[in-house]
Amino acid sequence: MTTLMTRTHLDELENQSIFIFREAYHAFKNIAMPWSMGKDSNVLIWLARKAFFGRVPFPVLHIDTTYEFPEMLEFREWAKKHHDLNLIVKINTEARERGVGYETHDPVTVTHELKTVALQQVLAEYKWDALITGIRRDEDPTRAKERYFSPRNAQFEWDYKDQPPEFWGQFATSSGKGEHVRIQPLLDWIEVDVWRYIQREKIPIPQMYFSRNGKRFRSLGCSPITHPIESNASSIDEIITELEATKVGERAGRAQDHYERNAMQKLRAKGFL
Amino acid sequence: MQEEQPLKIVFVGHVDHGKSTLIGRILHDTDSLPEGKIDMVKKACAAEGMEFEFAFVLDALLEEQKQNVTIDTTEIRFKTKPRKYIIIDAPGHKEFLKNMITGASRADAAVLVIAANEGVREQSRRHAYLLSMLGIKQLIVVINKMDLADFSEKKFEEIESEYRKFLAELGLKARVFVPASAKNGDNVASASKKMKWHRGPTVLEALDLLEAQKRDVDLPLRFCVQDVYRFDDRRIIAGRIETGKLRVGDELVFSPANKASKVQSIEEWGGNAHSEAIAGDSIGITLTEQIFVERGYVASHQTDTPIEANRVHADVFWIVREPMRAGHLYDLRLATQEVKCEIVSIDEVMDSSTLEATKDKREQLERNEVGRLTLQTRSPLVIDNHDRIPKLGRFVIVDDDRICGGGTIFGGVYTDRTVAKSKNIFWVEGKITAEARAARTGHRGAVVWFTGLSGAGKSTIAQALERELFARGMQTYVLDGDNIRHGLNSNLGFSPEDRVENIRRVSEVAKLMADSGVVAITAFISPYRMDRRRAREIALEGNAEFVEVFVDAPLEVCEARDPKNLYKKARAGEIREFTGIDAPYEPPEDAEIIVHTDRQTVNESVATILEGLLPRLEPEESNA
Repeated sequence: MTTLMTRTHLDELENQSIFIFREAYHAFKNIAMPWSMGKDSNVLIWLARKAFFGRVPFPVLHIDTTYEFPEMLEFREWAKKHHDLNLIVKINTEARERGVGYETHDPVTVTHELKTVALQQVLAEYKWDALITGIRRDEDPTRAKERYFSPRNAQFEWDYKDQPPEFWGQFATSSGKGEHVRIQPLLDWIEVDVWRYIQREKIPIPQMYFSRNGKRFRSLGCSPITHPIESNASSIDEIITELEATKVGERAGRAQDHYERNAMQKLRAKGFL
Repeated sequence: MQEEQPLKIVFVGHVDHGKSTLIGRILHDTDSLPEGKIDMVKKACAAEGMEFEFAFVLDALLEEQKQNVTIDTTEIRFKTKPRKYIIIDAPGHKEFLKNMITGASRADAAVLVIAANEGVREQSRRHAYLLSMLGIKQLIVVINKMDLADFSEKKFEEIESEYRKFLAELGLKARVFVPASAKNGDNVASASKKMKWHRGPTVLEALDLLEAQKRDVDLPLRFCVQDVYRFDDRRIIAGRIETGKLRVGDELVFSPANKASKVQSIEEWGGNAHSEAIAGDSIGITLTEQIFVERGYVASHQTDTPIEANRVHADVFWIVREPMRAGHLYDLRLATQEVKCEIVSIDEVMDSSTLEATKDKREQLERNEVGRLTLQTRSPLVIDNHDRIPKLGRFVIVDDDRICGGGTIFGGVYTDRTVAKSKNIFWVEGKITAEARAARTGHRGAVVWFTGLSGAGKSTIAQALERELFARGMQTYVLDGDNIRHGLNSNLGFSPEDRVENIRRVSEVAKLMADSGVVAITAFISPYRMDRRRAREIALEGNAEFVEVFVDAPLEVCEARDPKNLYKKARAGEIREFTGIDAPYEPPEDAEIIVHTDRQTVNESVATILEGLLPRLEPEESNA
């Protein structure tokens, strides 16, 4: 018999996330998990496999904007096999055919059309009643107000002024017709927790997060509007050291957030993750 | 390197008493603000022609700045030398009670802010009350805005003395009272020169004295089942240990079924298999004996079981506009259990701010009130008294899928497992529909048709199943040879025609019972497919659910068991046309459920049947 193990901060976070995964899987019949192949997304896959003893028992959704980094798509195909995922890829072909793209449109419009509208389309098609997302409170001020179970109406709107209470491990576990609930198991995690967990669990992630030629990506999105940061961090330890020194926001390299004042709030009110 | 757990603190108190300012000041003084944040806010203030305030630093959303009221729980981090903190900024505006509860319920400790110039106000008291309900034991009181009270020691002592008295009534005790001025930074990070009379700690020093909430490892084991997974050949019982600890090999008792089995393994994907798990762990276990377990069950050790009750006494706080009414059916959720409940009586109502209680006869509980209630649940609830095991002694009340209030249980008696009769009265006009019956009983009627050789175990399992269903508060009855042959069918013999008639009558009676809302279990050999098909058709004509259960055991096994010596007599020729000997048995081709009694124990067989049966008995969802 082992003696009583001590529990670390990461253990606490992991246990809470697994609890949320299982509550969601019980409460909703028709769940999907958006997967961007980014670091948080891969932590979600990992936690799902922990919660469900090795498998991800619901489809995983990639909203392909057609502006993906080729390296990310390669990773997608590899990880699909590695984790045995039921992968659904969605492209808003209608918008692309209309000519919506970064070449001609502003980033907020393109993000809205190719991500949010694409999500609305695929949600209508599969009629999912819950989506599991990798949102963290520390990413952006608008995300700080999120709940673990956060309802969205049929127009995808988030009524952040009148959110259901959440306490004692009890959540809002129902959605009406056309509505869905966002399940957010990583809400309490911060960026450095994600990295420490990836390191501890040896979770596969794209290599673009690590420094090459003095630059690395801290957050990953569409290739035309996602910029690498100056960094020599080529290992997780070095990334953590870097994060502990910085006061620059994680999504600083994501152009659509900064296109106009409150861009992120506007995007999110309209249904952006 | 191990990351230590940050301490989660919540700031509460009356609106405009300076919570946000205090937080802004703490962030500033601990150098925790993002680069340029202060300058940005200063510029914004200048542009609007307003004086800079630390409170604005927190107001992340545009709407908040407009209303100058914090709208929801935000979360901010800072560090002192000894440790890290997460601030859950709970708002004080009266409308936003449910946000404050959401925030505060996650906290290790609370900082309650009272403005020195205004003193103890309505929300100073109400928030303290909610903290005590939510189980937060560590409290620091900051008497803020001392600059508006001439930094007066006398004023500070007046407020401290008044508020201490109030807290004592709630069973709360503040660690320390700190006189401060968040605006000017007095006694926040550094000792105030204007209040040299204060010998206690500053706000930050007081925070550093708090302790992180400990996992409840030393309490009795309560493992709350979230789900049972069968993704592969393992049957994994998944859930969270709320209190206590559990080891491989432990004998567990599952309530409310009161069935025992041993922990065979603690399952984990990818990691090292552990032999032990403790409070707070989300785990999965397998059992040595496959007893029936489902979501809502609570596992404990045999020496320290929880209470089973369908009537509880509780203090309930109500947070939505629509009052809680007697005669209305609510959902009660406690850990992973969910049952229907209603108010039996409102024994006392208290205003959560004044603590004034009234015992006047009341039919409903209004928002912001706390009621001492007696609640009746439709099916048994597994509970503990809140003062003993808080996590199993608290629940939320849900109406129309919205959480409307919370409650804590007291006065449960640990030996009492009796089931009180429901007092519900329903008035229904016109024909009573199957839906109305199902709504009352919580399940649909059904015919559960057992078939199998003599000695296969039909009657034994049928009766075990009946007990199991009955214990869940369900209406159920077993029809077998004993109660049918001697009465209803006493004029029938064992000729082929009589056998057919026997089964036909049983089919009709079972259908009527199912139609009346009962789960009718029949236990007859019923060897012919044709007869069973007709039983199914009769049931379906009456719109009753029909579930065929094949109680399967090889003839040799049944003959060896021979509980009534019938096989012996048949072999000796004393009984003619005995099924399996000189009459055929036609095994079902499409039974809904099959149990193998040569390999499964009675408990395991019942577990298999429950798994297949219970989902079919759920009332039609009237979900939007």
